[in-house]
Amino acid sequence: MKAKLYDKIATIYFYVVAGFLVAFLISLIGYILYQGRTRLNLSFLTSPPKFMEAGGGIGPQLFNSIELLVITLIISVPIGLGAGIYMAEYARPGLFTEVIRLSVETLSSMPSIVVGLFGLLVFVTMTGWGYSLMAGALALTVLNLPVMTRVSEDAIKSVPSSLREASFALGATKWQTITKVVVPAAMPGILTGIILTAGRIFGEAAALLYTAGMSSPALNFSNLNPSSPTSPLNLFRPAETLAVYIWKVNSEGLAPDARQIADGASAVLLLAVLTFNLFARWLGGVLYRRMTGER
Amino acid sequence: MKKIEVRDLDLFYGEVQALKKINLDVEPNSVLALIGPSGCGKSTFIRTLNRMNDLIEGVKISGTVLLDGKDIYKEVDVIELRKKVGMVFQKPNPFPMTVYDNVAYGPRIHGIRDKRTLNEIVEKSLKAAALWDEVKDRLHHSALSLSGGQQQRLCIARTLAVEPEVILMDEPTSALDPISTMKIEELIEELKKKYTIIIVTHNMQQAGRVSDYTAFFLNGELVEWGPTDQVFYNPKDKRTEDYITGRFG
Amino acid sequence: MDKRYEVARKRQDMLGKVIVFSSAVLLIVLVISLFYFVASKGLSTFIVNKIPLKEFLFSAEWRPDREVPQVGALPFIVGSVLVSIFAILISAPLGVSSAIFMVEISKKMGQKILQPAIEIFVGIPSVVYGWLGLSVLVPFISKHFGGLGFSLLAGILVLAIMTLPTITSVSADTIRSLPVEIREASYALGATRWQTIRHVLIPAAKPGILTAIILGLARAFGEALAVQMVIGNRPVIPKSFLEPMSTITSIITMEMGNTVMGTAWNNALWSLALLLLIISFFFIILIRLVGRRGMYR
Ligand SMILES: Nc1ncnc2c1ncn2[C@@H]1O[C@H](COP(=O)(O)OP(=O)(O)OP(=O)(O)O)[C@@H](O)[C@H]1O
Ligand SMILES: [Mg+2]
Repeated sequence: MKAKLYDKIATIYFYVVAGFLVAFLISLIGYILYQGRTRLNLSFLTSPPKFMEAGGGIGPQLFNSIELLVITLIISVPIGLGAGIYMAEYARPGLFTEVIRLSVETLSSMPSIVVGLFGLLVFVTMTGWGYSLMAGALALTVLNLPVMTRVSEDAIKSVPSSLREASFALGATKWQTITKVVVPAAMPGILTGIILTAGRIFGEAAALLYTAGMSSPALNFSNLNPSSPTSPLNLFRPAETLAVYIWKVNSEGLAPDARQIADGASAVLLLAVLTFNLFARWLGGVLYRRMTGER
Repeated sequence: MKKIEVRDLDLFYGEVQALKKINLDVEPNSVLALIGPSGCGKSTFIRTLNRMNDLIEGVKISGTVLLDGKDIYKEVDVIELRKKVGMVFQKPNPFPMTVYDNVAYGPRIHGIRDKRTLNEIVEKSLKAAALWDEVKDRLHHSALSLSGGQQQRLCIARTLAVEPEVILMDEPTSALDPISTMKIEELIEELKKKYTIIIVTHNMQQAGRVSDYTAFFLNGELVEWGPTDQVFYNPKDKRTEDYITGRFG
Repeated sequence: MDKRYEVARKRQDMLGKVIVFSSAVLLIVLVISLFYFVASKGLSTFIVNKIPLKEFLFSAEWRPDREVPQVGALPFIVGSVLVSIFAILISAPLGVSSAIFMVEISKKMGQKILQPAIEIFVGIPSVVYGWLGLSVLVPFISKHFGGLGFSLLAGILVLAIMTLPTITSVSADTIRSLPVEIREASYALGATRWQTIRHVLIPAAKPGILTAIILGLARAFGEALAVQMVIGNRPVIPKSFLEPMSTITSIITMEMGNTVMGTAWNNALWSLALLLLIISFFFIILIRLVGRRGMYR
């Protein structure tokens, strides 16, 4: 019968596509890690880069990436969570809500290079900060806000309404219900979302080229004076990140081992993102089981 | 010869046994009603007859089901089987396509391409499902724009278009209003002349009105089956009597 | 209960509402200021430098450093369109197929293997894709097809990989959300799995699949670094798949740092950013129009 033959062929086709994609991903990851293997050591991760000579590391860039991630999360999580709470708990169907929704969609599909330019104009030039960690963090906040809003809204909406009703029935106010019952119940979803978006922030480069900048002063970790340019606590110093560094090395890398540096940095970036991903999965599973009381 | 013979049929959902040693015959051109309290296995049973349970993971089946003397789990191709044994579901489930395409779907997937033939099949099936007059002017409108009762008759027409021999109906009227229900009951009366029909129903009156035979299920067991009059007015088993007189369930 | 406590509780309730409301309003403010600032710079090309819109959109002469600057952006616009469309032509069939695999062919393998793989695909940063393209794909193309390797083809392939996970996950969500009843109806009529997929599920999921494809297209259009790293960045319309080229995002990335704010050159780059902004907004509107046609939403 023809129909059955087609069905067989189609099934085989789908298996081939799926198998191909998985094999492709595995070889991609394998290749990056293999290429970067010689650089996955402490000295590469901690020492500063060198110009015109071999043997430089990615210490300041890695540190900048982490610091930038933390600051971005500190700014964008509360605001995104707030907007998510508003959308899930307060927003009524209507024009205003539609406008917010459209804004979230517009922001989340905004090309990151455009966000970078916006940052250049507003956070770098108009504020007078110049290329700085803070400008970078604000640009990343623009990128992260819509994602955070969506993640929180979805997580909050999936909390069963019986919980809310139970809280209201005990005489709690809406705000008490939200902060004491709804948001804690939505926490697994929100946390998982935060970690996944953290991976994206960590790997972002286009929005940072013209905000956090493409250079990094050598950092002196014993210098805790926030106004000193070499202090890690200075939020207004230029702060090239790992992702930006990969881009820069390939386009204007002058070190003879530029290729190895990019390989190593790519491997580090990939490992970081994989870690975020696995961590989110693991945490999501743990929190879910705890909430549902399964073991 | 019997149309369908079921012998020692067991069915498990994973570890849970949902059907226990079912033995039952179905006469050709008759209507068999399946009754019993919720969760007793009526849907499960009816879905073994066209192997819809194959689609659910973890289902284990043993025993035999013969259609025209052939074992449907061993000797019959599942696609041939479903062509012969059509099914109408509890909730009307038209495809999100036009009325016409819904009815033509079956014939098309079974290889009929000719426009004129398809037109004929669609018209004949819709007429047989007593829907033609209501939809003949909107054949090319979305099926989802029909009322619930019309959608259900469309699903019947869609089943008829494949020219099955047996039609399985799982509570076909439970989502419908009394008028639509009446129309479908009349339809069953009519369809019986050509087809063998097995219908699940929670409505005792409906079972009494439309069926020739009745089978009573309880907790996965077939407690009793036979001619409807006998099961209703002269049940052999105490549990059947209790159920029919409304003492439990 | 204590009266004062009641009053405080009410005030707190009010305050909470105000705070979350302001967060939401901030999103609107952000979008408006984005448009405002990018437009205020981007329109200078036409208002201050008096370059006709027609020249900007339809001229292929990009010589912004001349005395009389020529800022024809056609090569970049065409470049972006070419690279995105061809990337989607590759990733859409693969993406939809893998979505179907996950939902209809093998749920188990889908959940255990393909789904996590797709999530990792999404997570890989674009500079890493760019770096891979640069260090593997470009030399490969150069060796086997000739040319420098930096080419339209390289850009297409890199973007195809990057848009695939978007298309897969959005399509999979749509197909998964189709009611199980229509699957059963099809199987009960004796349809094979392929017939059910082909004639019932894909048509029913069409609005969602279309949304997925537009989202992929939007991502391709807005991607900057990964593309910029592999396409060679020559400001010309490529005549073959093997020629170097530029896109809107790549030219902005390359030249923004080398220009001085306020010059015609710099303004032209802002105009390109404005164009990107408008196009990405257009994609959003398109998705809304398509989504509204959904039948089971
Ligand atoms: N997919 C499934 N997986 C596991 N158990 C199932 C599944 N479907 C049904 N069951 C169980 O099998 C038993 C019989 O279910 P079935 O749907 O056949 O009952 P029914 O007689 O049709 O009930 P109703 O009148 O409510 O439709 C029930 O206990 C039900 O919980
Ligand atoms: Mg049932």
